[in-house]
Amino acid sequence: MSEWTTLGLVGGVLVLLAAATVAIRALRARNDSGLNTAILETFRMRVHAWWVLCSVLAATFFIGPTATVVLFGLGAFWALREFITLTPTRPSDHRTLFVVFFVIAPLQFVLVGLKNYPLYSILIPVYAFLVIPGLIALEGDYKRFLERIAKIEAGLLICVYCLSYAPALMTLKLGPAHAFGANARLLFFFVLMVQLSDALQYAWAQIPMRHVIVPSIHPTKTWEGLLFGSASVTLLGGVFWWATPFPWWLAAGMSLVVSVMGFAGSLTLSAIKRDRGVRDYGTLVEGHGGLLDRIDSLCFAAPVFFHFTLYWLKMQNIPQPW
Amino acid sequence: MPTATTMDKVSLMRQVLARTAQLLSGASSRWIDSQPDTCQRVYFANHTSHLDAVVLWSALPANVREVTRPVAAKDYWTKGRIRRYLATEVFNALLIDRTEIKVHQSPVDVMIREIGQRYSLIVFPEGGRGDGQEVGEFKSGLYYLSKKRPDLELIPVYLDNMNRILPRGKLLPVPLLSCITFGPPMWLESGESKDLFLKRARGAVRQLKEF
Repeated sequence: MSEWTTLGLVGGVLVLLAAATVAIRALRARNDSGLNTAILETFRMRVHAWWVLCSVLAATFFIGPTATVVLFGLGAFWALREFITLTPTRPSDHRTLFVVFFVIAPLQFVLVGLKNYPLYSILIPVYAFLVIPGLIALEGDYKRFLERIAKIEAGLLICVYCLSYAPALMTLKLGPAHAFGANARLLFFFVLMVQLSDALQYAWAQIPMRHVIVPSIHPTKTWEGLLFGSASVTLLGGVFWWATPFPWWLAAGMSLVVSVMGFAGSLTLSAIKRDRGVRDYGTLVEGHGGLLDRIDSLCFAAPVFFHFTLYWLKMQNIPQPW
Repeated sequence: MPTATTMDKVSLMRQVLARTAQLLSGASSRWIDSQPDTCQRVYFANHTSHLDAVVLWSALPANVREVTRPVAAKDYWTKGRIRRYLATEVFNALLIDRTEIKVHQSPVDVMIREIGQRYSLIVFPEGGRGDGQEVGEFKSGLYYLSKKRPDLELIPVYLDNMNRILPRGKLLPVPLLSCITFGPPMWLESGESKDLFLKRARGAVRQLKEF
């Protein structure tokens, strides 16, 4: 039964993606559609990214939870690479960065894989955040000390710590009878809602009445996009409630939270990009935006979605394995 | 005939190493008013890291890579068996003895002899590794090389961010992303003075920083 639900969810999304791809092909074929080609191109690139994301995610579900943790771990590593590349550090930070990339980041995902919630929930905000300034101080270079710590720690928090909460959904005990399929569905539901929220906020921002929220940071994020986008996602979350362990009203509420957090994430990363004077994190990889541009909303939404789920499970008196 | 299998092994090893270097340095390459070509060329670049030669070499298409030899310091690349194997067998590097430069066999003469009518070179005219802030003054080797072989196409190359991946004096690399920019070919103009030419060549590398 539950296997069929998973298959239905993944299959349904693949059908939707196929429909989107066909629609874009058709729209591109006729030039008189009156649609802005730039918007169409953006949408085409997003759909392409979703194809990759969905197929990779679906593939790891079939391999198992460890594969999912590894997949997100590699993603975090790549996102951190993009973040630190565009963040100026000093040569004396080299050793600290080595520790960040090869010790802290992998350790976070190993702990998630081991379901060690008591440790992975504090590894970065407690231990790493104290070790990093210590290591930098040891190098004896005090120039812009606080600034350098802040940059490295912000990168670690957003790209590694926050993102690790997405595969951590795989480690939760969702019901008295534990089945892996339910976790895979929950993670897929979460990723789906984040992506839909991105797309719908963008789509709703195209309507003629436009009130840009923060013109200095993001010229295409409008109040209309945020309000109608979040409302649509809330509705869709309610429609997809059967894929989650929540009742329909909670699935809708969680989707609203995901949508708002996703908005905050993408705005935050845009502010950093603006400050660095680049259009996207992938400017070093020519032709397409970086991975961080695709997952910024995911990073911000993951820890909140995880903890809200945890509160709900606690209220249901479902004990967790740790 | 063991040569055929040895060659296969070497080209496989080259492929593997190039991929590894690309992955490690996250290198993306751009050609600005320039195209990859197997004609005889001298790629000259700014130098900030031990990885520079390998990363630049890896950024070239496989067929160009086959005929391109990095010029490297003998003292560094013959230390230890792995480095020596990589330098002599895989990169086919042209090792220059920095400690013992003979009058009748200057590095430029060695280069000209070794490339013949087939190979291209990768050189770092600053002579040593800089801190990544500013491209240093060029040594005269590039000038003498062009004077003796004016037919060689000189391709300026700018390596960005390599100094943060593996800076001077560090042993362990940090896997950040780098960018390699190839510029349009240039030649030594007839009657161009050494100073003017070296200044122009350095300017060509520095200019690529802006793209």
